Amino acid sequence: MRQFTYAQAIREAHAELLRHDPRVFVCGQGVWNPWYAGKSLLDLDKEFGRERVFDCPVSENATTGAAIGAAIVGMRPIVFHARMDFMLLAVDPIVNQAANWSYLFGGQVSVPVVIRSVINRGGEQGAQHSQALQALFAHVPGLKVVMPATPYDAKGLLVAAVRDGNPVLYLDDRWLYDSEGDVPEGLYEVPIGSGVIRRSGKKVTVVATSYMAAEAVKAAETLAQRGIDVELIDLRTIKPWDRDLVYSSVGKTGRLVIADAAWMSGGIAADIAAAVAGDIFHALKAPIVRVCLPDVPAPTSAVLEQAYYVGAKDIVASVEKVLL
Amino acid sequence: MQVGGAAAAGRSLLRIMLLIRLVEERIGELVSAGEIKTPCHLSIGQEAIAAGVCAALSRQDTVWGGHRSHGHYLAKGGDLPEMMAEVFGRVTGCSKGRGGSMHLVAPAQGLYGTVPLVGATIPLAVGAGLASKLRHEPHVAVAFFGDGATEEGHFHESLNLAALYRLPVLFVCENNFYSTHMPLSARRLKDNIVQAADAAGMPGIRLDGNDALAVRDGATQAVAQARAGAGPCLLECRTYRWRGHVGPAWDLEVGERRRSELDEWMPKDPILRLRRRLIEEGLSVEDLDALEPAVRGEIEAAVTFARESPLPDDSDLFRHVYAPRRT
Repeated sequence: MRQFTYAQAIREAHAELLRHDPRVFVCGQGVWNPWYAGKSLLDLDKEFGRERVFDCPVSENATTGAAIGAAIVGMRPIVFHARMDFMLLAVDPIVNQAANWSYLFGGQVSVPVVIRSVINRGGEQGAQHSQALQALFAHVPGLKVVMPATPYDAKGLLVAAVRDGNPVLYLDDRWLYDSEGDVPEGLYEVPIGSGVIRRSGKKVTVVATSYMAAEAVKAAETLAQRGIDVELIDLRTIKPWDRDLVYSSVGKTGRLVIADAAWMSGGIAADIAAAVAGDIFHALKAPIVRVCLPDVPAPTSAVLEQAYYVGAKDIVASVEKVLL
Repeated sequence: MQVGGAAAAGRSLLRIMLLIRLVEERIGELVSAGEIKTPCHLSIGQEAIAAGVCAALSRQDTVWGGHRSHGHYLAKGGDLPEMMAEVFGRVTGCSKGRGGSMHLVAPAQGLYGTVPLVGATIPLAVGAGLASKLRHEPHVAVAFFGDGATEEGHFHESLNLAALYRLPVLFVCENNFYSTHMPLSARRLKDNIVQAADAAGMPGIRLDGNDALAVRDGATQAVAQARAGAGPCLLECRTYRWRGHVGPAWDLEVGERRRSELDEWMPKDPILRLRRRLIEEGLSVEDLDALEPAVRGEIEAAVTFARESPLPDDSDLFRHVYAPRRT
């Protein structure tokens, strides 16, 4: 099997979609420039022309709105936001328009748009270049939110998102760009709404999203060396998240740690914890523990970043805590 | 009486304006009577713009509107009984009873959607223009919006994008000099909306929005240029909203000026004006007089259809949050 990086996998998904579907186009600020997109869009403009792969002025609202309008009349756009923070300037087209149109027009209009954004943490970039706002968008009916953690899923979820027929937020994480994994050739899909068990185990269920799913793999190895056998679920889709998979795993282990590198209050981890506690409380043998970012803006200083971000060691500590 | 092509076109323009006027007057009555509950924003006094612009379009050209869009819907060929049923919240409505007056749609007629977030469909229309360009289709996208929308950032962003990519988009500003209760003079130092076009690098044309023929001719020219690949255009159509921001009231409490403005603008009634013009051009008074009873008959039939249509079922609440997969 070919080994691709996460960024190469994203690029290949774009390339194959552009090659096989004339309705697909890619727009947004920075699509011609690796400084914004890493290698994830590298030279797509050279391969497919600057009419279908076009860089845009700093107009997040109109660019996103235009992608949505084009989707409504039958195109399959992918609109790119190099920093999720900047995408907040496009909340009206995403939340008021894309999310609502199918519903409010009684299913007569659909919005098959992919809104891609990079969570771009670390590197002393501070509060407005680092935010992980998946919960904000997962809150909204009509949107779907996917967060791939592996190169395989990065490609397959982008293909699925473009083909879904609904507005899908595709959130990738800059810290994953150089990670490597198997990536098959051709257009394959990873189903939206379906999580995956990365490692089977009996003691504790760890549900993780995006970057934290990669950290959870490391954590599980450490824990295995200590004789603790965890079941690791990579959620892959945040909205709608895979209840069946999570419930069946927690039904088996009775213990749950949720790792999501976003703020704790009102986050996706809170939603999963509430659902598990509400629906299968009888299965729980210990309180649910969440591994999330503290409720403060992303700091700039590297020292404070160290204190702010969570990773494998926090998952290890949390798993040990639910086993006490 | 045998009428020529130009006269017949003028007559059909008058018919659609009369339809918009009388539908909205009827909706106003039904709001006052408590039979219609959804917020209805009436465009009485502004009918020439919707009718004139849409007379310049083909069915495949797309139209995108706002909260005050009954006129855009009707002028683009939307079905009257379905609109009335929508305003009544019935399942037979154009939006299946989910939209009400502020969310109208008629995809088969190219009326893609009207929504009340101010100016929100302006970038969407840019996207429809972009799709035309990428598919090498001759269709033009039209965004209708009020003067208030020109104070939104997305208006300026959208003009720039459309000009930059030379997209076939008509930006139609219906300047009625009010944004809800706020007069234009309280919102900007200069009465210069049309100059936004120049800043973006497209033609901006100021039109008498109460002159249906001038609007139609201006739009026809802009549409021809857009189809030919010359890019977008901003039309500022100056008019006046007779009724208040929402509902049938006249909003005279907004201030002394409202009264004097109405005294100034009501004699410029776009319907009377077109009617006089058509009579000058040889159409008979009897012929034009026959329009009104016919239109009233259509409206009453639509009201009956709406009243007799079923309300949505509770189970409908969960439908259409997501569209079915269509690869």
